[in-house]
Amino acid sequence: MLEIKNLHVELEEEDKKILNGLNLTVEAGKVHAIMGPNGSGKSTLSYVLSGRDGYEVTDGSAELLGEDILEMEPEERAAAGLFLAFQYPVEIPGVGNMTFLRTAVNSQRKARGEEELSAADFLKEVRAKAKSLKIDADMLKRPVNVGFSGGEKKRNEILQMAMLEPKMCILDETDSGLDVDAMKLVADGVNALRDEGRSFLVITHYQRLLDHIKPDVVHILYKGQIIKTGGPELALEVENNGYADLIAAEEA
Amino acid sequence: MALPKEKQEVTDAMLSHLPEATGGNWIKTARSAAMDRLASLGLPVKRDEYWKYGDPTHWTAVEPKFTTTSEASQVFDGVEPLTLVFVDGVFDADASDALALDGAEITLLSKAAQADLHWSQSLYGVLETRANSVKPQDGGALVRPVDRPFAALNTAIAQEGVLIHVTGQVARPIRISYRSNGGQALLHHAVKVDEGASVTLLEEGLPAARYDVMIEADVADEAEFHHVRMQGHAPQVQAMTQLYARLGRESTFKSFALSVDGVATRSDAILELTGDDASAHVGGAVLGDGKDVHHDDTVFITHDAVNCESRQVFKKVLRNGATGVFQGKILVKEDAQKTDGYQISQSLLLDDDSQFLAKPELEIYADDVACSHGSTTGAMDEEGLFYLRARGVPKGYAEDLMTIAFVAEAIDEIADEALQEVVLAQVEAALAGRRG
Repeated sequence: MLEIKNLHVELEEEDKKILNGLNLTVEAGKVHAIMGPNGSGKSTLSYVLSGRDGYEVTDGSAELLGEDILEMEPEERAAAGLFLAFQYPVEIPGVGNMTFLRTAVNSQRKARGEEELSAADFLKEVRAKAKSLKIDADMLKRPVNVGFSGGEKKRNEILQMAMLEPKMCILDETDSGLDVDAMKLVADGVNALRDEGRSFLVITHYQRLLDHIKPDVVHILYKGQIIKTGGPELALEVENNGYADLIAAEEA
Repeated sequence: MALPKEKQEVTDAMLSHLPEATGGNWIKTARSAAMDRLASLGLPVKRDEYWKYGDPTHWTAVEPKFTTTSEASQVFDGVEPLTLVFVDGVFDADASDALALDGAEITLLSKAAQADLHWSQSLYGVLETRANSVKPQDGGALVRPVDRPFAALNTAIAQEGVLIHVTGQVARPIRISYRSNGGQALLHHAVKVDEGASVTLLEEGLPAARYDVMIEADVADEAEFHHVRMQGHAPQVQAMTQLYARLGRESTFKSFALSVDGVATRSDAILELTGDDASAHVGGAVLGDGKDVHHDDTVFITHDAVNCESRQVFKKVLRNGATGVFQGKILVKEDAQKTDGYQISQSLLLDDDSQFLAKPELEIYADDVACSHGSTTGAMDEEGLFYLRARGVPKGYAEDLMTIAFVAEAIDEIADEALQEVVLAQVEAALAGRRG
């Protein structure tokens, strides 16, 4: 599904190296988690993959289903099946949530040469999916994320994911700012989307999200490289002992 | 008092070109009085306070600078209005509907001007005269108002216009549809809305290559006046619109204008709230593209009664060196307690070459009022843009969505949702046209 080889990334403005030869392969249908201390490059990885400005790839490659995505525009990556659930979903005053969702769905369909969803079909689908995420009609009508609580914003991200049906979902610290109930709701939403043809890359600081979204593989990111890969038990080890031991072992 | 030399020269040049005041008794009197006002006020020069951001020579020059033509505009067809067509300022009877509407009496200025007496003599030039007259302020001091010489000029020389006397609740909107053959147009409309009556006035299209369209609206107690203008699109148009209104007790006034480009677009709205509990909203959205584009909204709202509300909401989207100006004032007189005044002017600058000049003013003499004003200038929100693109919305369309979101607050000032939709569709079409 996603194959990242020897990825080197610098911040354009600061001439600062963030990723230093990162290798990562996520197979179809699998859930991979990336954990790591602050500043290890977790968010940079999610932004570089989704095409945000401000990052320069100096070496390496990233392929989604065999296609090089690094040269694509953000919207092309989205149409190719990549989805980033933002750590901080952006508020867009003036654009209705529903209009935004429909525009996004139909833009992607159009880009893939598929027929656009009719207003009626769209409405039916969005209502059903919103209901399971406890998103009410009022939230759908309001401007995108404006005045939403932290939990509502994250649920809205998952609703977008459910509507767009991407192949590769990156969740960037989706657990930040969520209470236990909200995290459960979001995790249920994600689990409902787990499928043989869909992969997840869950970026998180804490093991607790991984109690709800059970990963197949866990990676530890440090100084822009994966320093250790293991099963779900690796996340528990981090939760109990912190990163210090792993880092010491790497630097020894 | 003698005028400064520079003003005297441009004024004399204009006066020497003006025809003698003619017509029936009422209008002959109104025209020659306006001519006298013009002579004493003098035409503006760039040094005048409310012209320092603009170029008054666009209108003081005897000849227009450009020629620009246009097809008939039909943006309001969907609301099935009664339509009056003007081509270069001349009424086109064949293209127009019959001047008959339940609840309103409609006449042409050219026809009314032949009579010695007409109902419109109580309105034509009257609000302009009020705005241009020195009058005693509370406490007896004389207050010199802002000069409005172009309004006096319009009253003095207008030969055509629509005179509407609204006596009931008029359901069908009245549309004035303009078309340009490349000439000049000068029109003076007057709308008198009787107590408890209501009307919607729509304007669309390009009146001429250079034009000056003035409206005087007298909105009586508990009456409603709704106005939406879709200013015709032409890159080189020299466009002046002047809106003068007086509002009675518990009356409602709403005016919105959409403008696209133009080398010189000047829109004045001079409103006076004279009855308690009145409400006045003026809004405008501007899409300016190109280094020669200059758009100026000048608003002056006078609160002269208790518990009135006014809103000014102006949004300008500027790129490729376009200039936008907003000069908005709220004047609250001593007895206008419980006034609620709101003013916001914002610009979205899509590049470093464009500029927005804002001059918000509050002048308050009452002590129990709530007035707020704000003005912002900013670039497109990159975070929002990336968010939309990351969801698959192509860049150009994502920018359009952000732009529409930006102007939406001004469009919200239109009461009727069907009309809001018409305006939104025009904004979308204009943006899509730019993307090609």
